Amino acid sequence: MTAVPTSGTAILTTPSDTEILIVRDFDAPKHLVYKAYTTPELVSRWWPSRRGRMTVCEIDLRPGGAWRYEMIAEGGFEVAFHGEYREIVENERIVATEIYEGTPEGDSPPELNVITFTELEDGRTRLEMLIQCPTKEMRDTIINSGMEAGMQDGMDLLEELAIELRGLDG
Amino acid sequence: MARAATTTDAFNAVAEPRRRAILDVLAGGERPVNDLVHELGLAQPQVSKHLRVLREVGAVDVRDEGRQRLYRLNGHALKPIHDWVKTYERSWAERFERLDDVLEDLKKKEQGDDGSAD
Repeated sequence: MTAVPTSGTAILTTPSDTEILIVRDFDAPKHLVYKAYTTPELVSRWWPSRRGRMTVCEIDLRPGGAWRYEMIAEGGFEVAFHGEYREIVENERIVATEIYEGTPEGDSPPELNVITFTELEDGRTRLEMLIQCPTKEMRDTIINSGMEAGMQDGMDLLEELAIELRGLDG
Repeated sequence: MARAATTTDAFNAVAEPRRRAILDVLAGGERPVNDLVHELGLAQPQVSKHLRVLREVGAVDVRDEGRQRLYRLNGHALKPIHDWVKTYERSWAERFERLDDVLEDLKKKEQGDDGSAD
């Protein structure tokens, strides 16, 4: 069977003031998507994207277990996230906290990620990632850094960016 | 990545809250200084100072109309910031493309292991 490249692009929506939902379909069965999502050697291959090299990938896949991802991005930046698993349903669902370690003030407040794997009719799998933030402000910071923004929307972005940049200058 | 600590680029120019406020107002359209002074509740010299910084990085353009100087936003100068932001958007798409590759490998492996299914 020849591989059919997945044409699906990630769809980003905001179900509420404090949430982000990212949905993406994959041309693979559910258990493989889950495996690629939870196996350190495999996560190391896709999580850093093409922007760096993964240096740490720890996954203690059980409720209460810790995870930590660290990569060195091009230019030598270290980027690291960690958190704790809250709920694990094999091949179905992962609930975990996520903390970004890179803010100038130290760790970010934790967000809660709910990742759901749903098998579609044609053997494909839908990955849904619901990111629940403690505040709208934090939600916006994340979204603004990932959203296609017109120049009008750009004004909001500028504010968020500037806050970050000011922190870096300090 | 070292950047000049002075207000010589768009990133630094927008790091000042009152300059962002000015850009917000100008995003709504071209304005004379007096409008900005009223809307922001700042003294005119202050507004002028910030406008000068914004003009230096090209974020704001100015033209004379009659006795008025009109300021407007130049989105193009803010493009570096926009581009920087866009890299984050792309990072998810790229991440998932890589995940596609990983999944192709896993599928091939699984097919190769056929017959040993439990």
